[in-house]
Amino acid sequence: MTFESELYKGNFTIAECGKCKKIVWPPSEFCNNCFNQVIWRKGACEGKIIEFSKKNNEYFCLIEIENHIKVIGKMTSGIPIEGNKIKIDKCGIRENNYFFEISLI
Amino acid sequence: MSKVGIASYGITKFSMEDSKIESVLLESTKKLFDDTPNLSRKDIDAVLVSTNNNSKYLSAILSEMSGIEPKIAHSIESLCNSGTNSIVSAYSYIASGLADVVLVSGAERYDSAGQILEWDNSRGEFKHPIFWASIFTKAYKREFSITDEQLALVSAKNHKQSQHNPYALSKKVYSLKEIINSKKLTDDLRLLDCSRPCTGGASILLASEDSCKKFTDNPIWITGIGQKTMSAGFTKNMAFSSMESTQYAALSALKMSKHSVMDVNVAEVHDAFAVCEPMALESIGFTDKGKGMDMIKELHTTNNFKINPRGGLIGAGHPLGATGIAQTIEITQQLQSNAEKRQVENAKIGLVHNMSAAATSSTVLVLER
Repeated sequence: MTFESELYKGNFTIAECGKCKKIVWPPSEFCNNCFNQVIWRKGACEGKIIEFSKKNNEYFCLIEIENHIKVIGKMTSGIPIEGNKIKIDKCGIRENNYFFEISLI
Repeated sequence: MSKVGIASYGITKFSMEDSKIESVLLESTKKLFDDTPNLSRKDIDAVLVSTNNNSKYLSAILSEMSGIEPKIAHSIESLCNSGTNSIVSAYSYIASGLADVVLVSGAERYDSAGQILEWDNSRGEFKHPIFWASIFTKAYKREFSITDEQLALVSAKNHKQSQHNPYALSKKVYSLKEIINSKKLTDDLRLLDCSRPCTGGASILLASEDSCKKFTDNPIWITGIGQKTMSAGFTKNMAFSSMESTQYAALSALKMSKHSVMDVNVAEVHDAFAVCEPMALESIGFTDKGKGMDMIKELHTTNNFKINPRGGLIGAGHPLGATGIAQTIEITQQLQSNAEKRQVENAKIGLVHNMSAAATSSTVLVLER
């Protein structure tokens, strides 16, 4: 199991160090704090908007999940505001890029 | 530790030419040799090439095309601050005694692969630099109540200044209205807020104190170096309205030079996008947080060329691997009083700020007469 193999299936997983419990992002097999092996667990898929902008009619948002992981995702409905709570509705890999589709909670 | 100086340089015009990367490297190297009569190919101990076009062994290729057989030859790639990082490598070779004279040559093509960061998947589908720049711009505007009209001053100033730079890509002065009305890329970014990738080359010759004297009567000394890499991923930035790596690098470089930022008379800062200039000025310490645009407005209205005299990246163009070297050449010319219509009066101490990957990595140099 790897982050990408799960992401291909549409699952957002989180790499957490089996020893020091640090969340490792970007995902990696080994902890970047103590080099111990990580454990893959299901991500909360909920977080908040840190910042956003808009290209054409599409909002792209910098979001933070579990107070640590930041990714840029596409807002599929609603108008974002900094600090708003969001959830990841859909994620995966498309044309070799990760994608995250989010909406307001 | 031996002093390390800049003994000579050569630069090409920045353009959208479809030239071979090795031809661009050779062109600026040839100019450097043409302007350095006492330089023999045998003097050069190391040839360092700065480029993101690194599928070739370009330092060996440039060496062969130039008739140089160096002891040391390799490429250096770190995206947009490859140029100053190459200069730091050259400095280190000389300071350590492994080399006495080093040729650093940077070049890029307009279609450089270094523009898109394939590794940084936390950007999702939004990997083009306009997306991180939009996030920076939105965050900066929001935190400090800055408007698009105010930010347009950066582009107006730097296009204006670049008209006195014979090597610049920009051919035009733009009004604030033209900048604000230029093509909207995102809600927070217009086309004229951006520097443009282009084809260009820049070469610089570094040498020990004794050797410098052989090539020039007017050497410029590298007296401060600071480098810092916080991460490789844009989203790992802790703040989106300031540049943490720049703060560290500037502090280190100024400490090494034994100067304060107030001593700096002229500087090139990495204005990849308009918002980067006030952020860089604040992070280096030229002004307080949120006050960068006040400084830029004052410089623009008084026609003071202290910041980005060659037009910065927005005016001069941004051939990634050549940019840091071109910035260093500009400050060298300023300190040698050779900058013609761009000349900042009585410039004695200069600073170069070159960064990469959405400010996750920065390099700062202090130069002196």
